[in-house]
Amino acid sequence: MSTAFALALSPRRVGAMVLRHLYLFRGSWPRAFELVYWPILTMVLWGFTSKFLVTNSSWVARAGGVLIYAVLLWEVMFRGQLGVAFSFLEEMWSRNLGHLFVSPLRPYEWVLSLLAMSFLRVTLGIVPAALLAIPLYHYSIFTLGLPLIAFFTLLLVMGWAVGLAIIALILRHGLGAENLAWVAVFVLSPISGIYYPISVLPLWMQWIAWCFPTAYVFEGMRGVLFQNEFRLDFFFAALALDIVYIAIGSAILLWSFRRARRTGALLQMGE
Amino acid sequence: MSAPVIEVSGLTKRFEETVAVDHIDFAIARGVTAALLGGNGAGKTTTISMLLGLLLPSEGSVRVLGADMRRDRYRVLPRMNFSSPYVELPHRLTVRENLRVYGALYGVKSVRGRIATLARDLQLNEFLDRKTGNLSAGQKTRVALAKALINEPELLLLDEPTVSLDPDTGDWVRGYLETYRARTGATILLASHNMGEVERLCSEVFMMRKGRIVDHGSPEALIDRYGRDTLEEVFLDIARGKPRAAAAQ
Repeated sequence: MSTAFALALSPRRVGAMVLRHLYLFRGSWPRAFELVYWPILTMVLWGFTSKFLVTNSSWVARAGGVLIYAVLLWEVMFRGQLGVAFSFLEEMWSRNLGHLFVSPLRPYEWVLSLLAMSFLRVTLGIVPAALLAIPLYHYSIFTLGLPLIAFFTLLLVMGWAVGLAIIALILRHGLGAENLAWVAVFVLSPISGIYYPISVLPLWMQWIAWCFPTAYVFEGMRGVLFQNEFRLDFFFAALALDIVYIAIGSAILLWSFRRARRTGALLQMGE
Repeated sequence: MSAPVIEVSGLTKRFEETVAVDHIDFAIARGVTAALLGGNGAGKTTTISMLLGLLLPSEGSVRVLGADMRRDRYRVLPRMNFSSPYVELPHRLTVRENLRVYGALYGVKSVRGRIATLARDLQLNEFLDRKTGNLSAGQKTRVALAKALINEPELLLLDEPTVSLDPDTGDWVRGYLETYRARTGATILLASHNMGEVERLCSEVFMMRKGRIVDHGSPEALIDRYGRDTLEEVFLDIARGKPRAAAAQ
């Protein structure tokens, strides 16, 4: 009986939590504006950089959109992670965790709502920037075709894994750890090969780089752009690593949640 | 006789070296309004948190509405609710939006109708579409109560339900709780410092000190037992560690 109840998943409760965050955006235009502001600004900046490098770098000239596509895909991961972490921080800032966790909302339903909000935030943030790149620079990330869906999903899931781990750290250490939500993901940026091939890195860093799905995604993206080839081996390696990291992120969060129930942190946390 | 709504046995909570709740046992029957009464740090909020399953006990067991709260809490959470001044609702959502979200979380069938009823009963209509963070303390308390009643709970746990309210609003909230219990037959457990509130609302009082239940009974029985005129005097005797006999002299 208890197992059946424990495994019950209510789309209505997940939807209620998504609605809670959508209400927040509806009531605050700066929040909604912030969703699109950074992706567009970053895209504009890298768009001009690309225009310049296309005429000055033979590497970039081989595929003009490579930097714009790279920056947009990196934004998927960054925004994906932010989307998870900030939806959680909203609850902490409003001291609402106690109410949520004495309601019938299960922790996994809550996590699903965070992931759903992250997907919405990413989509609403990145798509306008990607569309704007077409008239501004004549580069369309959508020309990547089906591989784009694969790259988007792989990076989003890795962003979720980092976001879940950050929530776990905030549950463990309180709001003192909230800045991690902004900076943690950047530790992966030098070894992800966003703007350069992994082969540029020293050998020991290359070993580390291949332990993360991001390296396979950005190398895979360049494979599609430069060789017109979708590397299935890269795709499956990234997929396997995504599964490992999302499992680790979820396990850390569940451990942290249980610890918070032992220490009473769910009742005390807030600004 | 029906089974108690709350059954607590050997309940203990330790935070490292500190024992916040120390092997307490009590039971509360259906339809009763009871109180946990004690000074700051007596263990009232910690006990309520464990009743809700928000805090895991170090030892002992908690059964609520027949469910073991360590293993089966999700079976009964839709039938109970909670309010505390230390836990707030999202400030930037309107009152109506907050109630809609919690109505859906608690599986309320007709959320719109329930909000309309609560808005009428708790006089929320004038600020139903205002942001919750912009309300006065009294208004926020009424909204918190509306959230706690959104699922018409069989068990209502209230931590200091009238703290920081003016006497008029406090009296109004107490009146509403009395009416709610009489109408629905719900069980209410509150943690409070307010002796007048406890005397008026509760038929059973558990006096806590340093994490233990040091006495219990009806307010009248406690007053008689300690030879005092008011529950506040009993509270002071207990808070200052005076034994019953000495207190009565």
